[in-house]
Amino acid sequence: MDEKYQDSLKKDAMDASEFSGEVEDVAAKQLFMTPGQIVARQFFRNRLAIVGLVILVIAILFCVVGPFLSPYSETEMFYLGADGQEVPKDVPNYSARISESGARLNKRAEPDSVHLLGTTELGHDMFTRLMYGGRVSLMVGFIVVFVELLLGVTLGGIAGYYGGWIDTIIMRLVEIFNSIPFIPLMLIISSVMINLKIPEGNKIYYTMVIMGVLYWAGVARLVRGQILSLREMEYMQAAEAGGIRGSRKIMRHLIPNVMPQIIVMATMDLGGVILTESTMSYLGIGTSAMFASWGNMVQAVTSDVIMRNAPYLWIPPGLAILFVVLAFNFVGDGLRDAFDPKMKR
Amino acid sequence: MRQFIIRRLLISIIVLLGVSMMLYALVRSMPSDYVTLATATNPKVTPEMKEELRKIYGLDKSIPEGYVNWLGSAVKGEFGVSLKFNRPVTQIISEYAPITFTVAFIALVLELLIAIPLGILAARKQYTKTDYIITTLVFIGISMPTFFFAALLKKWFGPAGLNWFPAYGLLQARVIYNGFSFAKLLDYAQHLVLPISMWVVTGVGSMLRYTRTNMLEVLNADYIRTARAKGVSEHNVVYSHGFRNTLITLVTLLGSSLPGLFSGAAITEGLFALEGLGNIALTASHQADVPYLMGFNMLLAVLTIIGYLISDILYAAVDPRVRLS
Repeated sequence: MDEKYQDSLKKDAMDASEFSGEVEDVAAKQLFMTPGQIVARQFFRNRLAIVGLVILVIAILFCVVGPFLSPYSETEMFYLGADGQEVPKDVPNYSARISESGARLNKRAEPDSVHLLGTTELGHDMFTRLMYGGRVSLMVGFIVVFVELLLGVTLGGIAGYYGGWIDTIIMRLVEIFNSIPFIPLMLIISSVMINLKIPEGNKIYYTMVIMGVLYWAGVARLVRGQILSLREMEYMQAAEAGGIRGSRKIMRHLIPNVMPQIIVMATMDLGGVILTESTMSYLGIGTSAMFASWGNMVQAVTSDVIMRNAPYLWIPPGLAILFVVLAFNFVGDGLRDAFDPKMKR
Repeated sequence: MRQFIIRRLLISIIVLLGVSMMLYALVRSMPSDYVTLATATNPKVTPEMKEELRKIYGLDKSIPEGYVNWLGSAVKGEFGVSLKFNRPVTQIISEYAPITFTVAFIALVLELLIAIPLGILAARKQYTKTDYIITTLVFIGISMPTFFFAALLKKWFGPAGLNWFPAYGLLQARVIYNGFSFAKLLDYAQHLVLPISMWVVTGVGSMLRYTRTNMLEVLNADYIRTARAKGVSEHNVVYSHGFRNTLITLVTLLGSSLPGLFSGAAITEGLFALEGLGNIALTASHQADVPYLMGFNMLLAVLTIIGYLISDILYAAVDPRVRLS
């Protein structure tokens, strides 16, 4: 049977060579790809994932590089002179001009060529605030996900590998953390922070660590579940026979095999954390209003005047949150499909 | 099976104890307790009177001592008297829970009505234009910040825009209804259009994705190919052979969405000024109302655990392998 098949192959090749006039080298034509290349190819075939990636690159450039190019700073205020025109910062008698009678704060100015998105209630440049706000949102996302992965992968790995009573304790902890309602809890924590007199500027760092600590349970559950099934694989018996340490078995042999799921979860969580942080900032329990964040910028909408007459003050930050979270979800979904060998197109 | 349920119940009790300990410690470390807040504007109150008040409210005890007291009465079903509203916590919860629950329940039913047909459609037409459009819309819904979408709805359809629906509250303040009437029901309905739309749009996504993923898995299974090979009609293949198996996992998902019916309310109710449990919790946390916060958060925790329990038991009922581990 096999020989027959080989013969027919040879015959086909000869037919082809007669047709094209030369013998083709099958091996040279064969496409060899590493697993990484296969994943990359699958990923870039997904149009939504590419859209997500492009949005993320633009957002990161806008928030990280943008502030260096902006002529204004985050907390700079602008004033209107007595003539109703904005006083430029470089006029020699600046302080006199802004204190003369009739001069006032240039608040809620409509978008024009000087202030691309107008000015806020406090006379800040909206476009510049949007860049700084994005910095906060992205930074919160990355740090919270880092903390949750650190805790989740370690504890999930230990629970899955060692099993027994260690597993029981860690999984009960996971359930406790999962059963605590998140937003009410953050409301309580934010007032505890006021009680401890934590400076406004540092509050965001504490919030990030607390969010990471509250979010680890999901990661731990995923890692443990995967490791439970990987632990029974034959290559783990081989590792056992090799006599290497437990921690090394977890870090070198088990975690790398859970990596695809961890990466997908981390990407999706980045979006989720940014969404949660913006909700908290909107409720006034995240980033303090002194510093811009997309969430507390949308909060301007609670003033009826701004909602009706100044959509340029709350729609751009809202759309920014929507697009960045959407992008993380697109990329995460694309990665999930790309890592999954069953999802061939 | 019975042993499995008993074991899960015992574990749930331990988890609840852990949750209540953490919550109590946090709630009690809130700033300026209720007495300080409530008497702040009254200069006649002496420190001695404040001490006396703290003793009455049970705030003079240390955190562990207070916790033991709280636990002792909570086991008997007494959650104390809300400091802010001066009424028993259980009474407040039973009065406002129907509002919260009704809103959430209508939203959940609408979500299911949208998610299941569209999820099946997306799975049947995987990687076509229909699938791409549904997937994109779903992701927009998942990624939409609730407060931003609420603001957009209020701007477009509320009094500031088309003025189709009221943007705040549950009933018109100026109208007095005597007893139950159709007009009152209509008034409720009008006020609930915007909150429920917000809830459905931001919540339908995860359920739709879930249906699609499960449906895809089922439709690629061997027995579906067999059914097709037998010549079963496409409609029957999808609905009687395919969907029936997706339904099992959907039911377990419903179990775990039980707590979401209440916890999601804190934000929705705050945004649309609906008088429900969540909105009261927002005020209570600004006022350091320890008994109400404990009561509300424990209600959520109990619901979460019941949700897990239901989905675990349903899962075990479906999949015998789970029972053994």
